[in-house]
Amino acid sequence: MSPVMGYFMLGSALFIIVSMALMLGRLLGGPTLYDRLLAVNSFGTKTVLFLCVFCFIIGRPDGVDIALLYALMNFIATIAVLKFFNYRALDVDLTQADEAERGGAR
Amino acid sequence: MSLIFAAAADVPFVPPLILIDIFLLSILVVVAVAIVRMRSLFGVVMLQGVYSLVSAAWFVTLDAVDVAFTEAAVGAGVSTVLMLSAMLLADRKSTPVPMRRQFGALAVVVLAGAAMLYAVGDMPAFGDVNSPANAYVGMDFMAKTAEEIKIPNVVTAVLGSYRGYDTFGEVVVIFSAGLGVLLLLGLNGNSGGWVARPNGQMLNDHSAPSAALSDSNVAEDPQAEDAQ
Repeated sequence: MSPVMGYFMLGSALFIIVSMALMLGRLLGGPTLYDRLLAVNSFGTKTVLFLCVFCFIIGRPDGVDIALLYALMNFIATIAVLKFFNYRALDVDLTQADEAERGGAR
Repeated sequence: MSLIFAAAADVPFVPPLILIDIFLLSILVVVAVAIVRMRSLFGVVMLQGVYSLVSAAWFVTLDAVDVAFTEAAVGAGVSTVLMLSAMLLADRKSTPVPMRRQFGALAVVVLAGAAMLYAVGDMPAFGDVNSPANAYVGMDFMAKTAEEIKIPNVVTAVLGSYRGYDTFGEVVVIFSAGLGVLLLLGLNGNSGGWVARPNGQMLNDHSAPSAALSDSNVAEDPQAEDAQ
């Protein structure tokens, strides 16, 4: 990798970190919980992007596997938080979710 | 470690990565302070997820990929779910602790931090050939794993084959711990409207989640209807 390309990728990684810091500001000061939820989700996406760029900076592109794992984990955590919001329980089968919602205040 | 060997071999260009470390560590400090200051436990759970995501990214920059895998899976994934299911049983807000009760905890933290800073001075330099990790059996593992175990990743070979019984014991311990946590938390939610007060005095006998199944809530439970 040429030095120009290396510094370009370092700069893009730093920009991604700056955008993570912006998301952190929304996460800390967000007035509602939904703002914080969206900020966490977007923060995870920024982390995935940062890991992709970083793996190419150090010249080992197989580290993209970790970024894929992060994306999956971020999704699981978001699903858990949303189920918590909606049903006040985590053991809700999503195929029966409508019935659970009609079944009353849980 | 392999990064250093590769750099000694054919010198690829790597830009100065210390900037990334500084930015990530400062984000970690900000998140940690915010976790301490925040009163909404929901926000605290989310901030803990962010903390473990950032620290896992920092582990990747330290070339500790397997630790980063574990941190991402346990810290960002499982811990969030466990903390949320613990919040189903507890309060949503934390009450501030009076200042005079915080001095003991502060003293413990300062002492532990000072001890760790003192211990840093005894650590070998990064990539030192005479360090214990590089001087004794470690090099044998590096040399012979490819022909003995035939797994390219040395860490996986050591954990899964050389120390197989040890790893098996760890799996048993973690499985029983997870079973205990699931039995305590019970992921079936707060269907009985059970709220635990911190001093444990507000619990009445029909409000536990197991008692709610024999209550009139059974008729409203859609899964119980399916079971019949």
